[in-house]
Amino acid sequence: MNYVLRRLVATLPVMGVVAVIVFFLIHLSPGDPAALIAGDTASEGDVARLRASLGLDQPLWTQFSLWIGSLARGDLGTSIFTRVPVTELLAQRLEPTLSIAVITTVLSLVVSIPLGVLAAHRVGTWIDRLVMLFAVLAFSIPGFLVGYLLIYGFAIEAQWLPVQGFVGLSEGVWPWLRSLILPCVNLALVYIALLTRMTRATLLEVLHEDYIRTARAKGLGVLPVLLHALRNAAVPIATTVGTGIALLIGGVVVTETVFAIPGIGRLVVDAVQRHDYPVIQSVLLLSAAAYVLINLMVDLSYRLFDPRIRY
Amino acid sequence: MSNVAFAVSPSAPEAGRDEPHSDACASLEDLGEKHRLRALKWRWLRKHPTLIVGVLVLAVVTLVSVGAPWIATHDPQAIDPLARLQAPSAEHFFGTDAMGRDVFSRAVWGGRVSLLVALTVAVLATGFGVLLGLVASFVRWADSLIMRVMDGLMAMPDILLAIALMAITTADLRTVVFAITVPQIPRVVRLVRSLALSLREQLFVEAAHAVGTRLPSILWRHVLPNLLAPLAVQATFIAAAAVLVEAGLSFLGAGIPPQVASWGNMMADGRNFVVMAFHIILYPGLLLAATVLGINLVGDGLRDALDPRLARQL
Repeated sequence: MNYVLRRLVATLPVMGVVAVIVFFLIHLSPGDPAALIAGDTASEGDVARLRASLGLDQPLWTQFSLWIGSLARGDLGTSIFTRVPVTELLAQRLEPTLSIAVITTVLSLVVSIPLGVLAAHRVGTWIDRLVMLFAVLAFSIPGFLVGYLLIYGFAIEAQWLPVQGFVGLSEGVWPWLRSLILPCVNLALVYIALLTRMTRATLLEVLHEDYIRTARAKGLGVLPVLLHALRNAAVPIATTVGTGIALLIGGVVVTETVFAIPGIGRLVVDAVQRHDYPVIQSVLLLSAAAYVLINLMVDLSYRLFDPRIRY
Repeated sequence: MSNVAFAVSPSAPEAGRDEPHSDACASLEDLGEKHRLRALKWRWLRKHPTLIVGVLVLAVVTLVSVGAPWIATHDPQAIDPLARLQAPSAEHFFGTDAMGRDVFSRAVWGGRVSLLVALTVAVLATGFGVLLGLVASFVRWADSLIMRVMDGLMAMPDILLAIALMAITTADLRTVVFAITVPQIPRVVRLVRSLALSLREQLFVEAAHAVGTRLPSILWRHVLPNLLAPLAVQATFIAAAAVLVEAGLSFLGAGIPPQVASWGNMMADGRNFVVMAFHIILYPGLLLAATVLGINLVGDGLRDALDPRLARQL
């Protein structure tokens, strides 16, 4: 527990750096940020008022400390466009995005690990080649093209699933799941490709170890040997699960646009078109925090796979 | 540290038959045996079919993009209100879009944007990454500063960071390239740093240091050459990522200005016509996928050809 706490504290510097980057992004802007946010049609007075309301007329350090201060109080600012507190906006949009993220992660793990094990077990055969071909294709085809192909095939032609939109969990589990099948399959493909490749590569290495030969020599069946190897390959795979979360978070933005799902990804896309900077900053911070926390959890999970690791 | 040895040619020839690169190096030393060299090259190429397929695909895409003025059948910007949303035909190979523009001609021209972005992002991200990575590994006080900033950048998904960067600038090709480059830099920095830290401890670097070679010269003559192979592989993967992120940005309306025919913009235009005219999305998407596939195959092929042991790192 003590260790967990120490690791949690150790993530603070990274989050601090993220906060600094996110804060100074707006000051990278070559022009006047207030004018950019206000848009082309704003008058001088509007721009000045906006500058004052965002605190952009204050010295940089004052702005920064004010901003960090309000972050520490859990205040992410107010959306310039809708004038609603950003925390409220995020809360409204959390359910679809969280649903997609959880289902996609589970789906990816359930598909990719057996697939990777199979490819490693049958290395060099047509099964292996097929799996690897799928992986390289999934890495190369843009997510939104796959999304539209799925919509075209399963929703428009076959009419099995809804074309777009999101149904909340409160409307029932089945409608909720139905609205999420295509987006999650879409989003999972890249993640599956990544994890399958990693599972295969790591397992291939482990399968060359002496203790695997011993296990085979003493007459252990195929499946027990593979499970034995998989457990020893778990740490690198878990690491990839963690770093791959970045792909997932980035992919959510595109997938939510393709499937017209009102989640956090859609929120940030709309915010970009409106130059709604507080919203963009908050989503960046939130996604970085999610990334850092998930990777911390992955680090802590190593102990489950490898009892030699002690904290 | 072992994965840098392959690039140091004097020690490489004995490295074994599994490493085609060292075969080629060995024969380079006696240029008299031209035939053997050619035979080896041929064998080397035959052993790496992915590399060849990738190069061929990229060559075709490049030729088409460069030859766009001759290949395109229509003016890519010509609007024809009478020919809106037409299905593919002999007149319009890929059909027409919502403004009656010829999808085939636009797709042919659109490749230029993707290739340009891929190339510039790969070069810029690698350049800055090498610079920062070398500074981090040889200048002690800068190390933790640079690496913490890279950690921070890595924590944000590339497309999200690129979107945020686009929000603070006006969209044109330069800002798009900038927005795509920044999120890719940490990958290079980490690679360079991990390789350079082990190179720093190698005897030939220590020897160069001991005889009084200055740091810039050590970096240029002794460290950089040993980084080239992994960097080439990494740069290819960055180029692939750049094409995808550019298309994603354009698709989300945060990329290249909409009047420019880029594959991402074309697909964004087709977003509202999925039912009526799927071809608007399909064809640019397939071309985009083929291009990224080509780049990825070159990357995979290069990685396997240059050093099989890199497979886990990249």
